[in-house]
Amino acid sequence: MNSEMILPQISWRRRATDRLMTGLSILTVLLVLLPLFAIFAYLVIKGIGSINIAFLTQTPKPVGEPGGGMANAIVGSGVILGIASLLGVPLGVGAGIFLSEYGRNRYGDAVRFVSDVLNGVPSIVIGIVAYGLVVLRQKHFSALAGGVALAIMMVPTIARTTEQMLLLVPQSIREAAYGLGVSRWRTTLSITLRTATSGVITGIMLAFARVAGETAPLLFTAFGNQFWNLKVNQPTAALSLQIFTYAISPFDEWHRQAWAGALVLIVLIVSAVAAVRIAVRHGTLAGA
Amino acid sequence: MGVGITVERLNAFYGKTQALFDINIKVEANHATALIGPSGCGKSTFIRCLNRMHETIPDTSVNGIVRIGDFSVYNGTSATQLRRRVGMVFQKPNPFPTMSIYDNVAAGLKLNGFTNRKKLDEIVEKSLNNSALWDEVKDSLHKKSGASLSGGQQQRLCIARALAVQPQVLLMDEPCSALDPISTGKIEELIFQLKEQYTIVIVTHNMQQAARVAEFTGFFLLGKMIEFDKTEKVFTNPSDKRTEDYVTGRFG
Amino acid sequence: MSNHAVPRPRFEAPDPEHGTKAALKIEDTTAPLLDGKVSEVPDALFAGAMRFCGFAVVGLLALIVYQLVIGSNLSWHAFGWKFFGTSDWNPVEDQYGALPFIYGTLVSSLLSLVIAVPLSVGVAVFITEMSPVSLRGILSFTTELLAAIPSVVYGLWAIFVLVPILRLYVQPFLGKTLGWTGLFTGPPYGIGMLAAGIILAIMIIPIISSITREVLTVVPQHQREGVLALGATRWEMIRMGVLRNARAGIVGAVILGLGRALGETMAVTMVIGNRPEIAKSLFAPGYTMASVLANEFTEATGDLYLSALIEIGLALFLVTIVVNALARLMVWSVTRGQPSKTVA
Repeated sequence: MNSEMILPQISWRRRATDRLMTGLSILTVLLVLLPLFAIFAYLVIKGIGSINIAFLTQTPKPVGEPGGGMANAIVGSGVILGIASLLGVPLGVGAGIFLSEYGRNRYGDAVRFVSDVLNGVPSIVIGIVAYGLVVLRQKHFSALAGGVALAIMMVPTIARTTEQMLLLVPQSIREAAYGLGVSRWRTTLSITLRTATSGVITGIMLAFARVAGETAPLLFTAFGNQFWNLKVNQPTAALSLQIFTYAISPFDEWHRQAWAGALVLIVLIVSAVAAVRIAVRHGTLAGA
Repeated sequence: MGVGITVERLNAFYGKTQALFDINIKVEANHATALIGPSGCGKSTFIRCLNRMHETIPDTSVNGIVRIGDFSVYNGTSATQLRRRVGMVFQKPNPFPTMSIYDNVAAGLKLNGFTNRKKLDEIVEKSLNNSALWDEVKDSLHKKSGASLSGGQQQRLCIARALAVQPQVLLMDEPCSALDPISTGKIEELIFQLKEQYTIVIVTHNMQQAARVAEFTGFFLLGKMIEFDKTEKVFTNPSDKRTEDYVTGRFG
Repeated sequence: MSNHAVPRPRFEAPDPEHGTKAALKIEDTTAPLLDGKVSEVPDALFAGAMRFCGFAVVGLLALIVYQLVIGSNLSWHAFGWKFFGTSDWNPVEDQYGALPFIYGTLVSSLLSLVIAVPLSVGVAVFITEMSPVSLRGILSFTTELLAAIPSVVYGLWAIFVLVPILRLYVQPFLGKTLGWTGLFTGPPYGIGMLAAGIILAIMIIPIISSITREVLTVVPQHQREGVLALGATRWEMIRMGVLRNARAGIVGAVILGLGRALGETMAVTMVIGNRPEIAKSLFAPGYTMASVLANEFTEATGDLYLSALIEIGLALFLVTIVVNALARLMVWSVTRGQPSKTVA
């Protein structure tokens, strides 16, 4: 030991370990980004070539005939998601309002815990439940059943984000309204919720994006359909279902259309998420 | 016109902790009454009991008698109805961030179902006039949000907002504590004028301010009201030793 | 505090007898504009409606349990516990044993964890501890983008890109070098347990890494500085100051990822091969609880068949509930109940 040296030099082994670990974590980043880029590259390359007017306007052609499209599936997805939002958004926002404005107690804690648990229930299990609830009673598959399944999935996400956004609204804003003799319900809707609007919408869009690509819960609820159908109590095609059916089929033409469908689906979801990001950045809460 | 306020044996609690002990006070109509005392003495809690704002905090309770004019505050009438008669201005300016200046002032009426557009315009202008803000904002009533004003302007906006509902009593909870001296001066001048029409109760940690604006002053200490008298008497010849110590700066 | 008397400030208090004339004339106000009786009924109705929405969330969970229990009743009475211990799945003879599906679910999920955990933690550590600030936002956004891709699209990609790569390059290589372990033997189909594990890993990386990141950021700065001050290298600081303190939270993140992997359906169904067999080799096809539901539920003709499938759903539900509850508690223990910013 050199007595003049107060601190020993960091040994080459420790230095090498440090370098090695830094290198390894950079490697992990690259390994994780690789499939992401691969997926997007394939989607774009394989998808764009197959998207044309027919794809966006026609229904599927029978096996063996070329051409046809997914117009009915795109519209069907819209119908199912519309039903899901109609059911899930009010319930989710209401539950969020309960959690933030009336749920600072044991009951609220219970609801919070249950909605976190509900968030982790596999989507296929939700499908079984919607099957029992709607399909068994109606005796046939329907857009309504699919909508119910997706709505159940939206509720916990919306409830928790709505709660968080409402909690960001300062108590003094609520007090200002109370002080004006505005009743509690009116304050909650016209002041608190209005102040948090952009955040609440963010939550709704995230939940929407999450269920927009769901397939499993639709398999035995909406079921799919090769033809046009706008009746909510009939089997209905959905983009994700169609992608699944085509992907596992043995026909090249259908594989091509599956890629195109996937690209359309991704574009719809990513633009929803991006719209949310922009909305949040210019959101009212950002300035408050 | 303003009305008087009578408080008898008022006690307030946060959970099991008692914050106010047997407060008795008679506030004169159309005068300004100041409440002073070191921080944590209960003066803010007291003013928040007058319009039942205290009970919006979870796990709190109040007992005693409060009468505002002919209105019994803790006896069967709704807090919402009461607060329409009793305006409140808070410590930090709290305009509604998503609303325009106009909507901020009109909020109290609009949200309570008042729809007469012409009347609304009139009241907004009058309220902004009465809070001495009209000239500064009349060109951007709908264009600017309430949150875009300066701190002093925001507080005057909050005063206008409270006045628009045309209350009989105006409660002010340290309205100048977050403001610069010039804005403070403007608000004080305003209080001076407002008391011709309203009964004003103002909580302040600034003794000079109490002396400048209020005819009556109450001194709070540890949740009890130590002394309540004409302002001049409280500051120049208090009857309680503790008041004397406080106003001469011996503690706090 | 000085004790000698301070000169009293001079006050010119307003005189209550005379009052002071205001410089600016306040306009006359009329009587209160809003003096009607206020009903408390709307407030009560609104509170009731919101409570209803809140409790509806609990109701939904109860409804799920009810549906699954009622639906699986028949199968439970027919097979009892044996259902989970036998591997004969034969709709023709109405014999149902769920073991191959349980095995497939567990193996594919564990395999995905083996792959995803080091990668996710590495990414999280890089983003929070090493990455330049300018890169941080982009990297976390990109990894979260992975979470936005629907399962069915992962499946599509896996079928046409991942599986051929596995079949042509990876599996022959693994068979040659690691075949002696018994885990990598048999013909290289591409499709099978290995493909399922890999695609699951890709899908759960965003969840594990974003929650790990959240956990790492709440480790107090002084823990890092304390270790650095002892003359540690950056890696030693990360190992001792950061990872050690965040251990419980990272384990929670991993379990949360496991919960997602257990219930994942579409991508797995598309690449696992869907054969109810228990094989040691990862090259062999398998079947998971979720995929048997996806494939056979609409085709289940007999009552007992349907009931057996629902019982698989019930088992899957219970396992994911336990796993998720455990994970939440572990993450909470680190972030101290701060609401999670990640919508997982």
